[in-house]
Amino acid sequence: MKHLLSTADLSRDEALLILDTAAEMAKTQEREVRKLPTLRGKTVVNLFFEDSTRTRISFEVAAKRLSADVINFSARGSSVSKGESLKDTALTLEAMGSDGIVIRHSASGAAERLATSGWIKGSVINAGDGTHQHPTQALLDAYTIRHHLSDRTEGDAFEGLTVAIVGDVLHSRVARSNVDLLTSLGASVVLVASPTLVPIGAETWPARVVHTIDEALDSFDIDALMMLRIQLERMSGGSVAFFPSPAEYSRLLGLDAARLARLPSHAIIMHPGPMNRGLEISAEAADSPQSVIVEQVSNGVAVRMAVLYLLLAGEVES
Amino acid sequence: MTKPIVITGVSLYGETTADLVIAQGEIASLSASDAPSGANKMDGSGLVALPGLVDPHTHLREPGREDAETIETGSRSAAAGGYVAVHAMANTTPVADTAGVVEQVWRRGREVGLVDVFPLGAVTVGLGGERLAELGAMAQSLAHVRMFSDDGMCVSDPSLMRRALEYVKTFDGIIAQHAQDPRLTEGSQMHEGVVSASLGLAGWPAVAEESIIARDILLAEHVDSRIHVLHLSTARSVDIVRWGKSRGVKVTAEATPHHILLTDESARGYDARFKVNPPLRPESDVEAVRAGLVDGTIDVIGTDHAPHPDEDKDGEWASSAFGMIGLETSLGVVQKTMVDTGRLTWRDVARLMSEAPARLCQFDGHGRPLAVGEPANVTLIDPKRPWIVDPRGTASRSHNSPFGGIEMPGTVVATILRGTMTHIHEALGGAGK
Repeated sequence: MKHLLSTADLSRDEALLILDTAAEMAKTQEREVRKLPTLRGKTVVNLFFEDSTRTRISFEVAAKRLSADVINFSARGSSVSKGESLKDTALTLEAMGSDGIVIRHSASGAAERLATSGWIKGSVINAGDGTHQHPTQALLDAYTIRHHLSDRTEGDAFEGLTVAIVGDVLHSRVARSNVDLLTSLGASVVLVASPTLVPIGAETWPARVVHTIDEALDSFDIDALMMLRIQLERMSGGSVAFFPSPAEYSRLLGLDAARLARLPSHAIIMHPGPMNRGLEISAEAADSPQSVIVEQVSNGVAVRMAVLYLLLAGEVES
Repeated sequence: MTKPIVITGVSLYGETTADLVIAQGEIASLSASDAPSGANKMDGSGLVALPGLVDPHTHLREPGREDAETIETGSRSAAAGGYVAVHAMANTTPVADTAGVVEQVWRRGREVGLVDVFPLGAVTVGLGGERLAELGAMAQSLAHVRMFSDDGMCVSDPSLMRRALEYVKTFDGIIAQHAQDPRLTEGSQMHEGVVSASLGLAGWPAVAEESIIARDILLAEHVDSRIHVLHLSTARSVDIVRWGKSRGVKVTAEATPHHILLTDESARGYDARFKVNPPLRPESDVEAVRAGLVDGTIDVIGTDHAPHPDEDKDGEWASSAFGMIGLETSLGVVQKTMVDTGRLTWRDVARLMSEAPARLCQFDGHGRPLAVGEPANVTLIDPKRPWIVDPRGTASRSHNSPFGGIEMPGTVVATILRGTMTHIHEALGGAGK
């Protein structure tokens, strides 16, 4: 692995290697001294064209725990808004010497362009590109699922598990990343979204689609329920809305206490954050014992440590 | 005075072998024995002669975006691609929506003299889609505009479109529509389907094109006017045009070379050289467009040559410009996809790339038969001289070809405009590309 651009590029074995490595990393985080010398002398650039304090901090903590030097580069705007182009930014970072670039960008494909255009020699980690992919989010989700549900699988990965992903699949890089990763690990994925929020073409995805959360609860034995963040502007933006109102979104797709009660007791509740409490998820659901939302955040650090380690530390000793 | 030219043993339309004797801008004879002394002699054996190609759809970018293309560089690129005439689209800066601008383009084309440059006029002021431009003034100008288009933008207001269709009947004009419902394509980046779903790029649904074509055909029938559909790209668009023709509506349609060779799969990798409007479609649509060329539903092949400088094409997909260059690759693509596969003959190519466009655009003296007494507008092709497209090896000022690295089976070896060689390949002693 040279880059991590999309979970669709990961083989099952590579995905498992990352999850296993993340587990090792998590163990080291229980020690008194949590810092490892592994990436000493390496430089990691957090190149964020889009604000995301949570993701940036998670990568920053992960890189620092591995002793890498971290540079945070907040590129204001992109060539869309006549700022510096992606190419010039990349050439600048290359000239300064960087071993890995963690990129967040509002344009789908920005990470792949950065990795494949010949502008830089180092590794590229996609920290979210438009509505395309957010692979480390899916990996931390998988890590969290594995941590809680590994005793329920029928294989050595996620066979027999059913994961439902609820919300705005059309605009969600988290959903795309999870469909690719979870299915390659053997899980069944159910997408729960109004037809306006399912992309044309998703009929070829290895996932079943239902249109309300009640239908999903009725039809499937759900082991993990992943609630996506709804962007309010999708309901009232300048163009035609994808949804009539926030209340109707909650009515058809929101997770509340009554629906939570219909889940099996072993099922876990997930959310990539930040949550809109009272919209896609009620406070009762978010704060219930079945919720693993806070744990997802700490798992994010371990998974990102694993990814940085595997991409930047050279050959892995098995 | 240009020296007479004799091309011996050339295959006219890929059918009969003859000699082309060209003198005083005309085809003087089909027998070398009639050649005047001192004529330039060329061995035409193995070559195919077609009436000089006519591109009904070119963006020359001048005035306004001379960093992307000028009338001079675009003309040179056109000649290198075998063209003797091009129809220059109106989306320049300023927009070609007045007699002044169209005359400027027309005059500059004549000064360069490598191809006949005929400007289209904009349908609406500033391509704004709100009120009609002075179509009559453009029609009566020196540029003699007969076709009008807001290409790049769709005349989406149905009432305005109806008025435009009616109004141009005054001077036997025609509206060429860029069929794209703007509301269905807000922010659209590529064909809406399996690939866009996977890439997370906003979809450009086929229905946004098809619904406008259907509407325009019905409007044209209602007001008994002519409608020309630019760059149609979907299977249902072909069906709808076929249906319109079967009703007797005066509808014509164009296909581009890129829509008969490339598919939306090219977008994987996010290389914006493959970003074009209308977008590249799936194989089933590509195949339907090819079939439309074969059965005559589609009347003309237009390049939609759309130059953009590197900086508008090497960033993120969403921020990159729509469009690709194509003047020098169109004949190669058509040979590769249609002729070498046995689906079209060279006679068909002459119709689709010269005769029908000349008739559609009302270019006098173009698209004429290769016969004695006709204007000597000739494209010479070596169908067995393959070459590999190098996007940098073009006469265009821009390099945004989607065909880089693809082998073209045949080569344009010479282009002759009214008896003058405007392009000659190095194989025949020319400077080459």
